[in-house]
This record gives sequence, C-alpha cells and structure tokens, in this order.
Amino acid sequence: MSRADVLVSADWAEQNLNTPGVVFVEVDEDTSAYDGGHIAGAVKLDWQTDLQDQVRRDFVNKEQFEALLSAKGIGNDDTVVLYGGNNNWFAAYAYWYFKLYGHGDVKLLDGGRKKWELDGRALTADAVSRDKTDYKAKDQDLSIRAFRDEVVDAIGKKNLVDVRSPDEFSGKLLAPAHLPQEQSQRAGHIPTALNVPWSKAANEDGTFRSDDELAKLYGDEGLDDGKDTIAYCRIGERSSHTWFALHELLGHQNVKNYDGSWTEYGSLVGVPVEKNV
Amino acid sequence: MCGAPSQSPALPAGIDIEKETVLYGAVSKAGAPVPGAYVRLLDGTGEFTAEVVTSATGDYRFFAAPGAWTLSVLHKDGKVRREVSATGPGLVEVALELA
Repeated sequence: MSRADVLVSADWAEQNLNTPGVVFVEVDEDTSAYDGGHIAGAVKLDWQTDLQDQVRRDFVNKEQFEALLSAKGIGNDDTVVLYGGNNNWFAAYAYWYFKLYGHGDVKLLDGGRKKWELDGRALTADAVSRDKTDYKAKDQDLSIRAFRDEVVDAIGKKNLVDVRSPDEFSGKLLAPAHLPQEQSQRAGHIPTALNVPWSKAANEDGTFRSDDELAKLYGDEGLDDGKDTIAYCRIGERSSHTWFALHELLGHQNVKNYDGSWTEYGSLVGVPVEKNV
Repeated sequence: MCGAPSQSPALPAGIDIEKETVLYGAVSKAGAPVPGAYVRLLDGTGEFTAEVVTSATGDYRFFAAPGAWTLSVLHKDGKVRREVSATGPGLVEVALELA
C-alpha cells in the first residue's frame, strides 16, 4: 500500500472524469452541497440516509449496501474515488465504510471539495444517471471497526487516539463549533487517550500532509508503533480521516475506527471519563 | 453590507441564546457578499476547532464558547484572518472582508 494507491490529486481527477471504470462519489455532511454543484459525473451518497440504518444506531447491512451501490451504478470492479466537504471527513468515513464491506479499489480525492473549489475547478448541477449494477459486498471486515467493550478494555493498553479538537477533548465543548452544543451526554475523553486533532494531519487546503510529516506528528505525540490503535471522535467521521492517515498512508497495522465514538462512550453508564475543565 | 443594519443570524429551532456563544457574520469582498468561502475557527492556541462554508448570502455561524478565537477565511478570490474574543454567552458578530 502506498499513497498513490489510496489518494488521487485534483489534477488526476480532472484528467479521469470520463475514464471508464472510474466512478466519482460525493459524500457530504451538508447533503445539499451536491445539488448546488458537483464534479461532473459524480454520484451522491448521503451519509445519514444511505449509510445509516434508519431505526437502530448502526450501519446498513450487507444486503442494503449491495442494493445501494447497485442502484447508484457502482460495480465491484470500479475504481471508486470519494470526495466531499468538511475537509473530506465524510468522504474518509465512506472510504473506511467501503473498505469495511470489502470494496477492492477505492481512493480519496486529496483535499476534497475544498481544494477543488479553491483551485477554481469546474462544478456542475447536471443530473447524473448510471446504469444499475449487481453489486456484491463482502461480510464486514471487523479488523478495522472497534466496538465499545473493546474500547473500554483498551484503556491503558492500546493506543487510543482522540482526534477531536482540544476543546472537545478537555470537555469545554461537546461538539464541533459549527454544531449546536446542547447534548445530553457527558463531556471529556477516554482516560489514557492521546489528543491528536485530525486537523494536524491536513494542510489548510484540506490535502493530507506528507508521509514524513505524518510519521513525525504521531511519533512526537507518543503513538506507540508496537501497540494496536483505536481512533475515535464524536460520531466516527473525523476518526476515519485519522484512520486513513495511520492505516492507509503510513501503513500501520491493526488500526481500528470506533464509529460509536464519543456520542456512545460519553453516554455509557459506569465507564471512566476524564475531564480537564 | 453597504451600511444595512446588522441582522441577527438565522438560528436552528431550540437554540438557547442565553447559553450558546454564537460567532457569526458575513464574508465580503469590495462590499459584496462572498458565498462559498471557507471560514475556519481556531482556538486560543491556534488549533483548528471547526470550519463552515458561507451561505448564498455570505453568512457563517459557529457555536463556540467564551474565550479567545481566530477566524481564518480562504476563498479562490482572497483570504482574511481576524482575532475575536467572546466574553460570555450571546451573539458576537464579526464581519470579514477578503483582501
């Protein structure tokens, strides 16, 4: 695995908009962004309605994922290039999600929508339709997904990386500051977690920092290469970004994303919590 | 915006202004609102806290907390950076002009 296998530049994307077998997929938190303008030919995935079960708090199951990708016209052999707003948070989440269901060739557009827009590259509101496929997913690869009991057991043993902002980590804020702060769960973080905000892995235009910079960042913060790692944030999207940096770019083994993240952990009864404010 | 009276930000239902610290305003260039600008909120140490894209009317909004903050804006037509301090809960308007 190398950077070129998992990350494409905006130049590459622009040159491959019409390449057969390459499908661009936009995934946003603000799901209206796509409708206002998207990369030509890109299809849209809604991280809430498409990727989450609408009753239980969990992902759509394998059959639902197959139906979703089939309807979007994505085939098993396609190269899927994901991008989105918010510095690719939800695109990185979708990347991890595609890997969870075993898709072969998936890549992130470095810098996502932000870099694309700052470069002044073209967006279009033209409707996109693709022929349906018969997509077959694999069972979830649980080597990259952590659940709550494993996280509690990891305290003091594995690397726990809290990738939220320092104010969320300390307990000053409960959510990123573009979201309302009123929530019922406790504020703070999991004891022994390192606080390495996802943003330290990115440049201001949304592109990832170089492999050397990333290796230095996590080394300096005290991440122990010899231990397994679990990354978490508030709902699992920013931690997907860090999971991507650690697992896909730096090639660390045994890195999991805890998608339950703080909205689950901070609501559990009886677990230890640290708060610094 | 051309001397128009400042307007309160549009807030989601159920927001308690007595408790929330809302930083808001509009991004403009030569007096005209700039939609699609990337507005980043940095904390007192310069660390990233949140980022939004301005609306069709150039507006942005953050739910922060009392304290010192920096607003940093990127757009293909310019950028701007401003320090701001919020003394307590309530509305804090910061107009941002691209240079």
